[in-house]
Amino acid sequence: MAMIEVDKLNLSFGEGDDANQVLHDVCIAVSEGEAFGLVGESGSGKTTVLRCLAGQYNHWSGRLAIDGENLGRKLEKARCRKVQMVFQDPYGSLHPRHTVETALTEPLAIHGIGDASRRIDAILTKVGLPTSFRYRYPHQLSGGQRQRVAIARALILEPRILLLDEPTSALDVSVQAEILNLLADLRQREGLTYLLVTHDLGVVAHLCDRVAVMQHGRIVDLIESANLVGCVPEHPYTRMLVEASRHYDRHMADSVAPEAA
Amino acid sequence: MTQETQVIQSPMLQVEDLRVSFKTGEGMVDAVRGVSFNLGREKLAIVGESGSGKSTVGRTLLRLHPKSARITATQMRFGDIDLLSCSEKTMQGIRGRRMSMIMQDPKYSLNPVMRVGDQIAEAYLAHHKVPRKEADQRVLTMLEAVRIRDPQRVFRMYPHEVSGGMGQRIMIAMMLITEPEIVIADEPTSALDVSVRLQVLATLDDLVSQRGLGLIFISHDLNLVRSFCDRVLVMYAGRVVESIAAADLDKAQHPYTQGLLAALPSVDARRPRLPVLQRDPSWLTEPIHA
Repeated sequence: MAMIEVDKLNLSFGEGDDANQVLHDVCIAVSEGEAFGLVGESGSGKTTVLRCLAGQYNHWSGRLAIDGENLGRKLEKARCRKVQMVFQDPYGSLHPRHTVETALTEPLAIHGIGDASRRIDAILTKVGLPTSFRYRYPHQLSGGQRQRVAIARALILEPRILLLDEPTSALDVSVQAEILNLLADLRQREGLTYLLVTHDLGVVAHLCDRVAVMQHGRIVDLIESANLVGCVPEHPYTRMLVEASRHYDRHMADSVAPEAA
Repeated sequence: MTQETQVIQSPMLQVEDLRVSFKTGEGMVDAVRGVSFNLGREKLAIVGESGSGKSTVGRTLLRLHPKSARITATQMRFGDIDLLSCSEKTMQGIRGRRMSMIMQDPKYSLNPVMRVGDQIAEAYLAHHKVPRKEADQRVLTMLEAVRIRDPQRVFRMYPHEVSGGMGQRIMIAMMLITEPEIVIADEPTSALDVSVRLQVLATLDDLVSQRGLGLIFISHDLNLVRSFCDRVLVMYAGRVVESIAAADLDKAQHPYTQGLLAALPSVDARRPRLPVLQRDPSWLTEPIHA
């Protein structure tokens, strides 16, 4: 059975004539333990799908299910125990005046889980940080260390699913490699299911088994990462994304439709 | 004519043993520690991680640092002008006129309360005493040159009304309207989507080759630099650890360059784990590969 089911998901903002439909019949199914990628450019709706699953939007129509249970409009505590999200910008997603300890205690307090101190030590070790880091403030951490804390905060509730929104795009290449390795290890060890959103095809091909390509709120292509190796995808949009991630080519630029003013 | 031949023979920009330090709460911090390079009519990339000093080098050339910064070099010449000792007045004649800089994010670099056309015209009028009408005409021609389809309309727009890719093209138009000899582009496409990035790069590429400019392309994207530029300087902790032709990047000698390349996730080489860069303290001091 699929761990994450998204069936005919539609979402619009605004009403009447001003309505702007941002998702059109999006369907995906991610099985347990799988890493699934969503790629696309700004405005393609990839992050919006993630936000619907995380409960940040509740006026969608269609069906969303986690672990076989349909999701309601309201964000319930039980869903948060199963699904957690890691955001793009580790600088913006940690409270600047809260220590790592405070940031990690909060989800535990909300869910009434005891034994906080031991859990914090355990989770910091799991994400590869020394336990002494619990007394630090975000400004005392590097970008990579902050993202590790953000991952720890998502994992401390022991969720089954991680929603990853561009988790490495704010990081340097060398640090990105460390975080991608950490995510791969965690998935293997904990049997987590990932839904990863990114614009970087290299990242998605590295971490994910399957990739859906989104454009203008629709899924236009679905590919297996293994099939991307050394090949030229059939769908023109996917082909452009893949080729552009390989190298810059003056001729390719001409084939891209000029941007509307 | 004689001057023309001279320019071709000698590099436009010569930098030797450039050092930059900044004052902080804990004393001086060395941001650039002995960088040397020449720039001709070519696309030269400077790559490195955050904090490696690549943007600092670009800003030093235009003297954009605070007074408290300490800048030394055995040589920093632009044509026959000594950039270290020339007066602020000379610098004003160079900055934006003969050497200009394209910044990373058009959202923060364009004036939000000024029409796009007026901003570009301002850049031109700062260096050329011409009637406003003529300046406007040049702006329209320039907007066309960066492949904006409806220049008349875009001229009247405010920065918040244009997309990221168009914003970046407007920046390019603004920087190239004075017909500079050198353009420094500091991560000009990092904030852009793949397809938009392609188009902006193509625009820059065409203008550089048509006008015979020297381009310094500051970037952290090795894959892009490899296919877009002619030559690459790899910076680590304020020093150039390797200088290599872009086409030969695969054969890079320095372990840092090799490490950066290996750490890139790729569509074509799926590996269970990415090799993590092991930093060697000797990289901070060892002599530099030619």
